[in-house]
Amino acid sequence: MTGFRTLLYKEVLRFWKVSFQTIAAPVLTALLYLLIFAHVLEAHVQVHGVPYTAFLIPGLVMMSALQNAFANSSSSLIQSKVTGSVVFVLLPPISYGEFFLAYVVAAMLRGLMVGTGVLLATIWFAVPAVEAPLWILVFILFGGGIMGALGMIAGIWADKFDQLAGFQNFLIMPLTMLSGVFYSIHSLPGFWQQVSHFNPVFYMIDGFRYGFFGVSDVPPETSLAVVGSSFALVSAATLLLLRSGYKLRS
Amino acid sequence: MGVAVAIDRVEKRFAAVQALAGVSLRIDEGEFFGLLGPNGAGKTTLISCLAGLSRPDAGSLAVLGHDVVRDYRAARRLLGVVPQELVFDPFFSVRETLRIQSGYFGIRNNDDWIDEILANLDLVAKADTNMRRLSGGMKRRVLVAQALVHKPPVIVLDEPTAGVDVELRQGLWQFVRRLNRDGHTVILTTHYLEEAESLCGRIAMLKQGRVVALDSTANLLARFAGQTLSLRLAPPAALPRHLAVQATRVDGYWAFPLAGAREVERLLAELRQAGCVIDELRLTQSDLEDVFLGVMHNAADSQSNDR
Repeated sequence: MTGFRTLLYKEVLRFWKVSFQTIAAPVLTALLYLLIFAHVLEAHVQVHGVPYTAFLIPGLVMMSALQNAFANSSSSLIQSKVTGSVVFVLLPPISYGEFFLAYVVAAMLRGLMVGTGVLLATIWFAVPAVEAPLWILVFILFGGGIMGALGMIAGIWADKFDQLAGFQNFLIMPLTMLSGVFYSIHSLPGFWQQVSHFNPVFYMIDGFRYGFFGVSDVPPETSLAVVGSSFALVSAATLLLLRSGYKLRS
Repeated sequence: MGVAVAIDRVEKRFAAVQALAGVSLRIDEGEFFGLLGPNGAGKTTLISCLAGLSRPDAGSLAVLGHDVVRDYRAARRLLGVVPQELVFDPFFSVRETLRIQSGYFGIRNNDDWIDEILANLDLVAKADTNMRRLSGGMKRRVLVAQALVHKPPVIVLDEPTAGVDVELRQGLWQFVRRLNRDGHTVILTTHYLEEAESLCGRIAMLKQGRVVALDSTANLLARFAGQTLSLRLAPPAALPRHLAVQATRVDGYWAFPLAGAREVERLLAELRQAGCVIDELRLTQSDLEDVFLGVMHNAADSQSNDR
């Protein structure tokens, strides 16, 4: 277990040492979103009977947590691959299971820290209710885990930074931005509502938001089932990739 | 003495390139073993297979009896590898790097040994410096230190002195020699043949993924024993044809391989008869470089005969 614990410690220390960039910056970005959207929409929009600013906050918290969980594992892997320092974790007797857990837990922790930061920074504008704290925790952890594992896949697959940026800009960003962070999908035309149901990030946001307001677009149990099985699927894929040595062990 | 490293008919292909074409080697515990060969001979691929960084297509490798694929945890714990590339993690200081590396091998509270390595590699003053602020030579020392944190019984050094100044080279060899005396098996690849000659007890030479020579350093030197008479002629004299075929031209000198000192007189007499005037002359003992060139040349001949 010392191998896993050390790798986790190193992964956390890695983002903590540059926390201005890895935690403070995404908190500021989320705050800017809130300032703009709340300013424009607060007087006009209520969702599920909740004022718009309060409705928006959990979505921003979750979106920031998800994006940063993905960024953490993917950037750590691509950096160590490009610089070659990945050998330091490939030479020791660390199993691929430990390897997977260390990167995913570190990604979850970064997501949790960024999410907490966004919540604390936005709480001055509106205090969202907290109806079911356990749901909140479950969804942010699962969400961070899914994105952390996806980040591992992207980091292992990409050979160059621009390939990783492509993955991030053309897959992760649209999935998170179009997941109902800024709106309830019930406000969308029927076709786009249907499309949203195929986006797993929608269930992460919706279940997470249920923990705050006790209301959601779909039942939280459905969201949990989708998010739980997504986590299992992505984890299995990542573990298979690691076991095969794909792009890590030639 | 047990077997430190057993390599059995290992093959590895990268796309069109057959990097290893059936390499077998046995390295005993306590040996100081040299792995030599030109660029692209397969030395680094062989080390990568041993370290688990590459997976062989066929054959097996074991470290102290532990298969590097099936029993990889035990094998990796017994192996310390200094990689050829000058790599480092820019987020950490030297001491952090070494503590983290210890943890990867399951070792906590390793500071006593870390201090000893730092002292031996002359890194004490840099212990708390961030890796990215170290010079190339210093980074190389940290790579050596990282390979030693878990006191591996088998140490592999892949070109450890490439681009390193004389002082570090001396210090490094002193330290590695001591580790070898203390019972560590050392496997070394290097382009500096004089280093291999003075350090290694046994040497394998690789060419195009095959072992083309494997013997003790003394035997290899004996096999190509002899001297070379190198001379430069005063212009305008040219070397007569029957003498020119016996020699090779190196940097403006004619080099005559000699079986013994007795041949010197015969050669000088023939030169005098041909009317050649000698400008400069020197007699040298063959070293590992001659052996290396001889072996590589012969290997090329036998391979072209195969076809």
